[in-house]
This record gives sequence, structure tokens and C-alpha cells, in this order.
Amino acid sequence: MSYPVEQNEKFAAYAHPERLVSTEWLAAALEGGALGDDKLVVVESDEDVLLYETGHIPGAVKIDWHTDLNDEVTRDYVDGKAFAVLAAAKGISRDTTVVIYGDKSNWWAAYALWVFTLFGHEDVRLLDGGRDKWIAEGREITTDVPQPTPSEYPTIERNDAPIRAFKDDVLAHFGKPLIDVRSPEEYTGQRTHMPAYPEEGALRGGHIPTAASIPWARAAAEDGTYRKRTELEALYLGEAGLTEGDDVVAYCRIGERSSHTWFALKYLLGFETVRNYDGSWTEWGNAVRVPIVKGAERGTVPVLAGK
Amino acid sequence: MRKLEVMSTNTLPAALAEIVDDFQALTEPDRLQLLLDFSRGLPALPERLLDHPELLEQVVECQSPLFLTIEQEKNPDGVAYRLFFKAPPEAPTTRGFAGVLHEGLDGLTAAEILAVPDDMPELLGLTRAITPLRMRGMTAMLGRIKRKVAAADRLLS
Repeated sequence: MSYPVEQNEKFAAYAHPERLVSTEWLAAALEGGALGDDKLVVVESDEDVLLYETGHIPGAVKIDWHTDLNDEVTRDYVDGKAFAVLAAAKGISRDTTVVIYGDKSNWWAAYALWVFTLFGHEDVRLLDGGRDKWIAEGREITTDVPQPTPSEYPTIERNDAPIRAFKDDVLAHFGKPLIDVRSPEEYTGQRTHMPAYPEEGALRGGHIPTAASIPWARAAAEDGTYRKRTELEALYLGEAGLTEGDDVVAYCRIGERSSHTWFALKYLLGFETVRNYDGSWTEWGNAVRVPIVKGAERGTVPVLAGK
Repeated sequence: MRKLEVMSTNTLPAALAEIVDDFQALTEPDRLQLLLDFSRGLPALPERLLDHPELLEQVVECQSPLFLTIEQEKNPDGVAYRLFFKAPPEAPTTRGFAGVLHEGLDGLTAAEILAVPDDMPELLGLTRAITPLRMRGMTAMLGRIKRKVAAADRLLS
């Protein structure tokens, strides 16, 4: 970890306090002249592709989840070469401390952080509360777009296996816990897309058998920060029924909302093995001969067709 | 592809055709900047609508909440349609699309609005930069306006 870790009571209770920074911490770091070299880079990552341009934290660079992090052709993330080009252009070196924040309780910021983690970027943190909290506190924003000095970033081959699950991994995972972070309507199969969001073309509505339903936003407090450790434990250990040491897979619709939950399970509660299934419902709900469950019950471990 | 674009632009009302030309003349980053300008230029709702949110309809296909409505305005030449949009400042992309449609279609006749091809948003050349998912909201917005105008126009005849 190249930049000092924030010490406060709330973070100290988490398994990996070094993965979060508060708005106070970031404001103080910026005031102390933290930006300008490649020691610390602040990244904004939003759902709305133009939101950064309306105003952002001074010195922050923009990374768009779709146009920067997704491969343009294959349904996959960019490769090591493209990631190196992106990081270098944003002034990020391999040992830079990257602080990511964004709109909607850091939903997309967590997704960007997860992609950084696929490339093994070591020190990447979330700004607790994200963009909305920064603005609600009346902190400085600007429309000035920084021109970072390009850095050198090595070409790193993505290492998906530890934190990314594919459809076959999920099929092999039955018997171990799954967390479905979508809305209750999507979980039960009443609808195949998010409330008030465009139809994204899943042929079937429902959930992966045995998955517990814990909508992602329940891990966030009113101000967009993560809930305290005790509250997260009540949610995931209590309600979802996870136990320490579990191997967990989280999913949603395309893997964005579940990145937020992945972060909570991995870094705040300290589950060693948590994978995000980014194919999520847009793959599972369309795949041939995969089992699904409709309704509010989790369902039982399925007998797989052809096995 | 190029031929299709030319064909489609020909059926656009003058103001909208001009906006499309402006977008097409720019590079991708500048197109985004122009869309941002449109988001800033979207007029606020008149007071009579502010007090009556029930008169606005939500376009659920948009990623961020967007509400719109239309009003008829009789003038010597016939009936013009006025367009009204409401979208939060945290949703600049949605606001930008609304701004394009407002500047391009506000005050036109039903025939002019209904002649706009459904795939007009594709002509802005934003699909790659904005992503197809986000473009769907704009297509839905245009579709909703056309449906409302067609329904209002039927009642007149």
C-alpha cells in the first residue's frame, strides 16, 4: 500500500479498512497536495456517461465502465494491453493508490474497482459515500478536466479466476452459497429488468436455484456509505445465512450491482473467496437448459440436465 | 450505411436536421460535449406543470427518471405541439437527449413530428460513445412523443 491507510473507528471494524477512504480523508489529502504525481489518482466512474463533465472532484479523472472497461466487440473486459494504455493515459502507475468514486452509492465505482482488481492493481480504494456524499457535504467540484502526465503501466494479463465466475463455474458451485442482489421483482421473475430501467432482453424471469435475495442497495446507508460491519453481518450472515469461510458467488443483471456486494463481502466482511458472476441474469436468463427458480423461495440444489 | 443516413435526414424537420448535421460534423468527444450543451439548454418546466406532476408521463426506458408531456397550441396555420421535459441534473445524458428533441421538435405540427424516423437518434453518431443501452432511452423518448402526438391529433379530426 503506497499511500497511508485511513484510521477511523468505522473502517477499523472492517476486515480490510485499507480499501475505503472517507470524504474527509480525501479532502485533506487533496488539500495537502496529494495529486500531481502518480502517488494518488482519483477516478470518477458513473452510470451516466456525461455526469463527470457536469462537475467532479478537482483533479479526478474519468473512467467510463462501458466505453473504457468493456471490450468493444466481445462480451468481456478489456485485455491487459488496453488496460495498460487506459491506466497510463490516466496517469496511473502500477504502484499508484487509486481512489474510485461515482454516482448511485458507488455502484459503478465498485464495478470499476472490481475490474482494476482483475488486473491485480494492488492499491485501489473506494471513496465511502461516493459522489453524492462529496457534493452533499458542499465540497469543491470543478468542470476543469485534468491533463495527467502519461505514466508507464505494465501489460498485465488479467487474472479472472479468483474473483470472477463464469456460467460453468456457477453450475459447478451448486451446494455453496449464491447471493442475488437484484430487486425482489427481478428475483421472483415478475420482471426481467430493473424497475424503471430498460428491458435488457432476458427470456426467462427468476433466479439461480438456492440464491439468497439481498438487494445490493441494502448494504448502503442513506448517505451512500457502506453500512457498519455489524449491520452488514446481520444482512449477509444473518439473513442470507452465510458462514465464515464460505465460498460465495454474487450476481445481478450484468455484474455491476453485484460488484458493490462483492466489495462488501470481500473487503468489509473478509470472505476470502467471493466471485462476481458478471454474465449474471442477462446470460443465465437466456441460457439453454440451465435451471431457474421462479417466486420468492430460494429453491433447492438442482439435478442438472445431461449430468 | 452512409446512404441510409442521407435518406433519413431528408425526412427530418429543418431544426432537427440541423442538429443532426452539427453532431455528424464533430468528432466523438465533441459530440458528447455538444450533448452536454443540450442538457444545459433544456428549459425548465413552466410553473403550471411544476404544480401538476400528474400531467407528466415517465419514460421508463430511460436509465434516469425522465418525464414528458405535450400540449397543443392553436395558431393561424393550424395546431402546433409544444414539448415539455423534466429530468434531474444528475442525469445529463438523458437531459441532453431531451434537449435535442426539444430544440428539434418543439412547436412543430403533428405531421412534421410523426414523419421523424424512429431511428433518428442513431443519426447523432453517439451510439458508440454513449453505448446502445443508453441510446435506447432516447429512442423510447422519441417514440413516446410520437405516440402522444398521434393520439392527440386523432382527437382533433
